[in-house]
Amino acid sequence: MTLRKYLVLAGVSIFAVTGDSLVSAGMKRVGNISLRHLPDIILVVFRPEVALGILFLLAFFACYMTALSWADLTYVLPATSVSFILLTLVAKFVLHENVSLTRWLGVLLISIGVGVVTQGPELTHRPRHAESSDRLAAPVAARMDP
Amino acid sequence: MKQLYAWGAVATIVTASTAGDVLLSRAMKQVGDVGELRRRLGLPTVLGRVLRNPCFLLGVTAMAAAFYAMLFGLSWADVSLVIPASTSLTFVTNAMAARIFLHEHVDHRRWMAALAVAGGVILLAV
Repeated sequence: MTLRKYLVLAGVSIFAVTGDSLVSAGMKRVGNISLRHLPDIILVVFRPEVALGILFLLAFFACYMTALSWADLTYVLPATSVSFILLTLVAKFVLHENVSLTRWLGVLLISIGVGVVTQGPELTHRPRHAESSDRLAAPVAARMDP
Repeated sequence: MKQLYAWGAVATIVTASTAGDVLLSRAMKQVGDVGELRRRLGLPTVLGRVLRNPCFLLGVTAMAAAFYAMLFGLSWADVSLVIPASTSLTFVTNAMAARIFLHEHVDHRRWMAALAVAGGVILLAV
């Protein structure tokens, strides 16, 4: 794994946390949306918090797509769950929220999951239709080795 | 009734985001390593290849469905229920779907990681 790849994985985590938090804040201000007022769910994306949240989620999406181009889905998902740990640390040390022992155990479990998956190879299956079958075959094969 | 809507939204989020993740992963594997391709062909060409990929378009549609289901879910229930419940279940369904549809080698290490993260997410919500 190169530094660029670690930065892409970090981008997935940080942009997802920021985007989800902003969208959540925006939706809380809107309140309940009834199935009978479906257009409201489309108009809600123009609220400032939701719009900014969507921008961060687009940045998350770009990083996520990049990561999926060189790593398995079952590698990228656990590896980027660092976002949950970040969110808890922000809650404790920035927002000064009370973080219970159960939540710290949750953080510990997620850390174990991240640690376990990042010790292994990022790619285990070479797709048949990979565009890069000729020029990139050697690097891809090398990445598959544990 | 609100609770039923919330869990319906969670089920929709899990199904749609699993389908989206699998389709997007397949699309990006078909395109190839974006970093390498960008250096070789330039960003516009790479973007064109990604945006023209049918799996990518289907995956984005599924992700959009998951996003709107999340918006519905967040308007009916607390974020501390909707996000952890859907996220933790998605880790498990993604591992199953990646093995079946993407033929990834999901060994004990990856199962352990998926289950540990899913369990950790649930504990964070308790």
